Amino acid sequence: MTARASSRSPVGVAVTGLGATTPVGGTVEQTWSGLLAGRSGVRGLDAPWAAELAVRIAAPLAEEPALDRVQARTYDRVQQLALVAAREAWADAGAPDAEPERLAVVVGSGIGGVLTLLGQYDTMKEKGPARVGPHTVPMLMPNGPAAAVGLALGARAAVRAPVSACASGAEAIAMGLEMLRAGLADVVVAGGAEAAIHPLPIAGFAAMRALSKRSDDPTAASRPFDKGRDGFVLGEGAGMVVLERADHARAREARVHATLAGAGISADAHHVAAPEPTGAGAARAISAALRDGGLQPADVTHVNAHATATPLGDVAESRALHAALGPAVTHVAVTATKSLTGHLLGAAGAVEAIATVLALRDGIVHATRNLEDPDDEIDLDVVRIANRSVDGGAALSTSFGFGGHDVCLAFTKGQP
Amino acid sequence: MTDKEIQSSLAEILQDVAGVSPAEVIPGARFDDDLEVDSLTMVAVTTEAQDRFGVEIPDDAVVDLRTVADAVDFIRRARAAA
Repeated sequence: MTARASSRSPVGVAVTGLGATTPVGGTVEQTWSGLLAGRSGVRGLDAPWAAELAVRIAAPLAEEPALDRVQARTYDRVQQLALVAAREAWADAGAPDAEPERLAVVVGSGIGGVLTLLGQYDTMKEKGPARVGPHTVPMLMPNGPAAAVGLALGARAAVRAPVSACASGAEAIAMGLEMLRAGLADVVVAGGAEAAIHPLPIAGFAAMRALSKRSDDPTAASRPFDKGRDGFVLGEGAGMVVLERADHARAREARVHATLAGAGISADAHHVAAPEPTGAGAARAISAALRDGGLQPADVTHVNAHATATPLGDVAESRALHAALGPAVTHVAVTATKSLTGHLLGAAGAVEAIATVLALRDGIVHATRNLEDPDDEIDLDVVRIANRSVDGGAALSTSFGFGGHDVCLAFTKGQP
Repeated sequence: MTDKEIQSSLAEILQDVAGVSPAEVIPGARFDDDLEVDSLTMVAVTTEAQDRFGVEIPDDAVVDLRTVADAVDFIRRARAAA
């Protein structure tokens, strides 16, 4: 889609359904009201398994998923979270009467069923290989969340599962947009899910020095754009959107939350984990999203930034926004949802896309928590202390992932 | 162990592993169509049953266990042979 010409695509894509389960709330509305209230989902980890870790904080779900016994046993937690969010999104869209062959699912995850992988490895070591469960493989595979949602909705156009670390959820939405424009489906359920709060991923991210070490002050630990930021807080959750061809949505008189106007994807080819310091790769994704949506920098009123609160990443993102938006960046209200939710990895892009859609729908941007002393190297108008009104226009959501993945989604207020 | 006892023990396993209500576990109930126990879940059920009843249930025998009565019958005979 980045190679597409600058004119706006003739196929409009509406966002007709939203679903989420996050550290801030068990539903979209609970999450949104929590974000607007500045409620942090970060908690101390007091379980015995966390005692030895260098980092003893995380952002677990606000509400445990409600599933039947069989789903609880045969689906990994990441699949369960995907299902919960997809069910909500589907109901929110009014359960569209799409033909199964015209309904697609695109659900990404950063890591997949890592709790199953590690749990079954423990079982094998303790009890032997004969006790490894028969559902192990379908539970651990990274396309497991997509498969679970596809089965639940009876989607037969395609079930796809992008894996691009912390950009997975956003890339899934970008792929959904591509599929609708290409005429491969009428309705796409797209999003991301992650459930990796376990000592091994925590130890791994901590070994990279990617995590905040503020274990003694959990709700203050995630501080994007603040001088005192020292890394992200690992969270879990899922976010799903229902994307629909505008003509299909109109024909069934669907309520439309916002328009998905465009998407931009690029790659850094710089380092396997570190951001490209000038933000050039990220800037190309942002510019591509604007071009794809037929938008100008001056149209942008709001950016929901990736902003994980790592020292390098936030500066690179600020540079990328300056490079892509130019002088117009000074009129943009920027916020960092991760200051409240922690970092949901493969679900982050989807949950933040939902926050972006809701900001446009309700005309309000939630404040970034813990931004007390803005970093001098970051020259952005970040909304802090109080929420801020925004009036229409276009809003962007950026997502970047280990591996050098850059994704930007562009939404506009109202109908396509 | 009577057939009734084997059946009720099996019902406990099916409830635990597959979420099947014990009331549904009657001799004529088919694992796939009636109890919605798919082949993967059947592996988990037989693994648990081997431990619980102290018998061996080879994979090629599992294919022939279509109903609850088949399973009870197999377990009774395997216990008698042990």
